[in-house]
Amino acid sequence: MFGYYFDLALRSLKRNRMLTALMVLAIAVGIGASMTTLTVMHLLSGDPLPGRSGDIYYPQVDASPAGYAKGGPLDMLDYRSAVDLWSAHRADRQALIAGSDVKVRAPGVKLPPLMVPMLATTSDFFAMFKVPFQYGSAWTAADSANRARVAVISSDLNDRLFGGANSVGKTLRLKDSDVRIVGVMNTWRPSPLFYDVRGGRFADGQTSSFYGKPEGVYMPFFSGLEVNEGNFWQFTCWGKVATPGHLQDAPCVWVGLWVQLDNTTKVADYRAFIAHYAQQQKVLGRFANTDTRMLSLMQWLVFNHVVPSDVKLQTWLAFAFLAICLFNMIGLLLAKFLRRSNEIGVRRALGASRGAVFAQCLVEAGVVGVVGGIGGWLLTLLGLWLVRRQPVEYADLAHLDISMFGLTFVLAVAASLLAGLLPALQASRVAPALQLKTL
Amino acid sequence: MQIKPILSALRKHRLSTVLIALEIALACAVLCNACFIISQRIVAMHIVSGVDEAALASVQLTGYDSVQAADVDARALAAMRAVAGVQSVSPINSIPFGSRRGTAGISTDAAGEHFRGVVEFYVGGPGSLQTLGVKVIAGRAPQPDDFHAFTGFMPDEGSVQITQSLANHLWPGANPLGREFWVLKSHYRVVGVLKHLVRPDPTGWTPEQRQWSVFLPAQPGPYLTGSYLLRARPGDLPRVLRDALAAVAKAVPEVVIDRENSRTLTDLRHDIFKNDRAMAGMLAGVIAALLLVTALGIVGLASFWVAQRRRQIGIRRALGATRSDILRYFQTENFLIVTFGIALGMLLAFAINLLLMKHYELPRLPLYYLPISALVLWALGQLAVLGPALRAAAVPPVVATRSV
Repeated sequence: MFGYYFDLALRSLKRNRMLTALMVLAIAVGIGASMTTLTVMHLLSGDPLPGRSGDIYYPQVDASPAGYAKGGPLDMLDYRSAVDLWSAHRADRQALIAGSDVKVRAPGVKLPPLMVPMLATTSDFFAMFKVPFQYGSAWTAADSANRARVAVISSDLNDRLFGGANSVGKTLRLKDSDVRIVGVMNTWRPSPLFYDVRGGRFADGQTSSFYGKPEGVYMPFFSGLEVNEGNFWQFTCWGKVATPGHLQDAPCVWVGLWVQLDNTTKVADYRAFIAHYAQQQKVLGRFANTDTRMLSLMQWLVFNHVVPSDVKLQTWLAFAFLAICLFNMIGLLLAKFLRRSNEIGVRRALGASRGAVFAQCLVEAGVVGVVGGIGGWLLTLLGLWLVRRQPVEYADLAHLDISMFGLTFVLAVAASLLAGLLPALQASRVAPALQLKTL
Repeated sequence: MQIKPILSALRKHRLSTVLIALEIALACAVLCNACFIISQRIVAMHIVSGVDEAALASVQLTGYDSVQAADVDARALAAMRAVAGVQSVSPINSIPFGSRRGTAGISTDAAGEHFRGVVEFYVGGPGSLQTLGVKVIAGRAPQPDDFHAFTGFMPDEGSVQITQSLANHLWPGANPLGREFWVLKSHYRVVGVLKHLVRPDPTGWTPEQRQWSVFLPAQPGPYLTGSYLLRARPGDLPRVLRDALAAVAKAVPEVVIDRENSRTLTDLRHDIFKNDRAMAGMLAGVIAALLLVTALGIVGLASFWVAQRRRQIGIRRALGATRSDILRYFQTENFLIVTFGIALGMLLAFAINLLLMKHYELPRLPLYYLPISALVLWALGQLAVLGPALRAAAVPPVVATRSV
């Protein structure tokens, strides 16, 4: 039966090429616009750490004076709290992070010195965030404890300095210290760069910077602080910083702590642990507030409104546009089906049920949807190409993956079937006798 | 022209009429709001900076220690000042549309209880206000003894110039001269008012906050080096900047020149609004596609109606209707449908605007957008229906005598 309807649909579509072309165009343009923005949304709101993100948490306590932090703890930790929580080792894995720009030179490489973002972090970072390595590996906990002068570099920096060759064992000059490379990361592009997400609440929707590339240099936390002393970034300060960039004893928050907690009991225990820590610090007179917060990775991203507001706006716009295209298609299908009232009348008189006419019309709408889907897919590729040419941080990420490719056709067929419902219903209501009389 | 027969004909095609009207309504709502967003972005892009952008460039040096700062500063300044065409070079921490280093929250009392928002401190060395080319409209420009030496983030005390916009925010309707404000324990007194001085990062702030800037005079020291404003004749500027950067690279080879931020202010300004430009372009593209689809929909449906009514048109023609009567019939019909759509669309436009106001801090949609978008849609409808209507007018009266 389907084959016959399909044949009928093709004949009918061929009969009025102009109308068919208009419908296909409407669906294609609508699908192209909505799939382009949906793909960008999908990329920006996806899970940056699939399979692990559910176990990753961001514990926060508040060392600022009373009344300073509004709406819960500040987005990062002060040095002492961070180191206290980290060195308690209550989580399955834990990593401290602090950011800075570091001056990089490579002996024997003829390049002017570069400023490269550097993350000072602890050894669990790489295992916890499943960082892939091209050469070598992460440093060990013992390296951290010995304040070893070692570093892991990104594949980008390795390409730039060493032309992509295995640089493990080579020396980098970071600021004024020589540091041995122990590992080179493979291409790693979490979207967003989740561990550096913070302050999104205050960004007024301008959050595309969260989608930048990972740092170029990674160093053990404490030796990193020594090597690049004076260049660390604070999140905020509630008092004067005696030496800018030297923050260990400054009234500032600037260190992040990420923990991995493998089951709910451990999560509950860790919450109790940081609450207890805050209480204890208040008793000691170091904390004014006992507020704590511990969100999971995905909750933290939502809390920071990571998806840029412009992208959301574009998605709404694209769907409004798709709706317009659908209205358009409903009108055209209605015209098309009712124009064939005579033919439908004859079929009904010859014994076709209403359901059969309805099904036939829907098959026709579906065929338009599939053809429109192909057009929509091509337009989506064009749209994503345009997105890649935009000057935004996430531009290089804009590619159609297999799930979005499938969704393009599902959406196109679903939209055209939806658009076909009403016209098909109208067509199936055509009374056989009335139409025959006018013949 | 009789409207009644048209209305009764439309009633027969109720469903199609409603569909086209809904399409027009949605198009009208999207059109109004998208145009409004575009206009907001364009206004933001044309913000007045208050400085002589065309004559200014930024030079940013990094990668040296605070102990080396004085030496680096002296060599870099000497090298740049020796470049032919340089009118002046001044150390200043933040650069309009460029590097941002002086963002701080202020209060209007010493205890810090009256928090009045986050402003930008332009901490500048002698001559930097003149280099910027900012206009002082009240009070005075900095005098030589206003420039204090300091350590840390910025001087703890000082006589400052603030923008008119910030003055109006802090002390509405009052004379700001002689008033004071605080950053934690640091204390500042207003001695001058600047017409405009934009923040380094205007895109991240509300339109009112984009001009909340303070000029704080200071002596160059370890934390006011490596960031310079270079002034030259506008036509010469790209060449002068290139030469100055080359001279710095030669004079202080150990520092890193931050090329990304060492550019003319015109280039920096162009960059900072890249997202707004991209968004405006995208919206314009959607508007064009939307108008096209709507027009094609009208063409399709009108063509269908013309074909369906061929016989009736023939009869009307045979009964004495002229070609222009038939033409006008279809034009009026289209006008009526589009009018229904626009009426509904205006309500929808306001509903969408309310949502945008809530979630995107967009202002209220000005009323004049409605008649303009109505005119655009009427014109679009008439243009789209013209082809099918002309075909209808060409139907010969003889059709009436043929069956089917």
